[in-house]
Amino acid sequence: MSSRIFHIAANTFREAVRDRVLYNLIAFALLLTGAAILVGQISIQIERLVVINLGLTAVALFGVVIAIFIGIGLVSKEIEKRTLYTVLSRPVARWEFIAGKFVGLSGTLVVNASCMAVGVFAALLYVSRQLHGSDAWVLVAIYFIVLQFLITTALALFFSSFSSPLLSAVFTFCLFIAGSFAEDLRGFVGLSHGLQHWMAVIAVYAIPNFSALNIINPVAHGNGVSGQLVFWNTAYALVYIVAVLSGAIVIFEYRNLK
Amino acid sequence: MQTSKLLNVLACHLPAETFVTLPPYSVARYNFSVPAIEILGLEKVYHVGFWRKRPKRALHPLSFVVEQGEIFGFLGPNGAGKTTTLKMLMGLVFPTGGSAKILGMDLDDPRMKAQIGFLPEQPYFYDYLTAHELLRYYGQLSGVNSKQLTARVDTVLEHVGLKDSAGVQLRKFSKGMLQRAGIAQAILHDPKVVFLDEPMSGLDPMGRREVRVLIEQLKNEGKTVFFSTHILSDAEALCDRVAILNQGRLRGVGAVEELTAGLRGQVEIVWAGTSVPPSLRSATCRIAGDTVRAVVPSDQQDNIIETLRREKLRLISVTPVRVSLEDYFMAQLSPDQPSAAAANGKAAQ
Repeated sequence: MSSRIFHIAANTFREAVRDRVLYNLIAFALLLTGAAILVGQISIQIERLVVINLGLTAVALFGVVIAIFIGIGLVSKEIEKRTLYTVLSRPVARWEFIAGKFVGLSGTLVVNASCMAVGVFAALLYVSRQLHGSDAWVLVAIYFIVLQFLITTALALFFSSFSSPLLSAVFTFCLFIAGSFAEDLRGFVGLSHGLQHWMAVIAVYAIPNFSALNIINPVAHGNGVSGQLVFWNTAYALVYIVAVLSGAIVIFEYRNLK
Repeated sequence: MQTSKLLNVLACHLPAETFVTLPPYSVARYNFSVPAIEILGLEKVYHVGFWRKRPKRALHPLSFVVEQGEIFGFLGPNGAGKTTTLKMLMGLVFPTGGSAKILGMDLDDPRMKAQIGFLPEQPYFYDYLTAHELLRYYGQLSGVNSKQLTARVDTVLEHVGLKDSAGVQLRKFSKGMLQRAGIAQAILHDPKVVFLDEPMSGLDPMGRREVRVLIEQLKNEGKTVFFSTHILSDAEALCDRVAILNQGRLRGVGAVEELTAGLRGQVEIVWAGTSVPPSLRSATCRIAGDTVRAVVPSDQQDNIIETLRREKLRLISVTPVRVSLEDYFMAQLSPDQPSAAAANGKAAQ
């Protein structure tokens, strides 16, 4: 990684860390995890299931909210406040700026997810009094959640490279919702014909498949995850992120910063 | 460009070993055979509108050269195209046509970008950073050696008078302090050419004076300073040469004395009374109380004095009219003023 990407990433991380909104969200997520303990205590026999389900959902939801709301401002805020001018007038390529911003926010999200994961495991330990071997799958579920964060960050950055923050937030959020129902869309491909079929096929490939990355429910039921799924989900996320970031870079390379 | 010529001669006659031992601001670091900035037919057309895009010309083809070591003023009213030109030079906006080189290198050349500094108009920096952190960040992006960076940051902060505020977050800075932080980031990596977009904008008289002193210091260090402004007194006091831009067209380029020379050669003649002789009716006369003031070409001065004597009018004074940059500037902004195609040609010579 070029040193310039590293420095831009480090500055992005520092900005996020010093943003009070971030702490509010993390506090709220930890509060929700705490609430899972309470709900777990009144859920006879299914305490663990409730804690894992609610805890991981809180981690995913708040992480995506952070990814969208910080991600949409990564480029547009820098243009609006003209901080970008003093960066790009130095020997910094535009692609390095985009890559640095992505790495910086991704780092922030990984640290957040780690903090919240500690909260989930603490809640789990409190409810079960001990951790089981199957609890290791929770880590895989969190890993998949982090992959969702990275895809969401790439999408927010992509829209932010040519659109206003509000529209970027709307587009990214819509894609997140659509991506959460990607498996249903795949089912629709089999049922549709003609133009509808082809449009559905295009949508299946264009929309990020967040539903494949959501294994909260099986993990909450104590089911394991195959190595093959981990491999293909990782490969899918990487390819999707590279494609989206490439799009963002191409658009940003030719953009007039008025 | 006497200063740059002198520096050039000095640089050529210095022994080779001097180049190793000279301090960072030495003239030997500068290759004066290459102009600092060459702009050739640079133009910009934006396409505005949502559905039906229509062209809007921000800058007509622009050509001029800035020599190394100059303080060059880029003047014009708001919306003249100054910031657009600066943004094109910085690679933030892409030109529709023409080309430009800085220190003989293309605008997208990273080696060139390592040798320039830029202060945008009304700068806003990462306000969650302290002044020290901000400069460290920009130093890292500019490739300043990490071992020297801390010392360099301290030196520059002292240079711009922010040493005592190094640990204060920028969100607590006043406008003047922000402007100084902006200048600090522009000169941090010891660039050869410094671009300042409206550096005195919004500053109080003290702040403006501090910025003027800083610009003069940069020139003394052998740097080229290219700054845009609409505060003409600052430009007149500081600049070796200026270019005047209006509605995207270059209206004139040259030293202030050269530009105003065309408007000189006028005298103001004041006489007692309120009557204006018929032969002077075509001159610009103004009756003020019991005196008449007429501004006339100096070659008509003797004839007019003779006329006043014949008419038995008492002559009070004859004073040469002082032409300021502001007079020239206002003359260039008049709608019937032809564009400086000739000035372009002159600049390119």
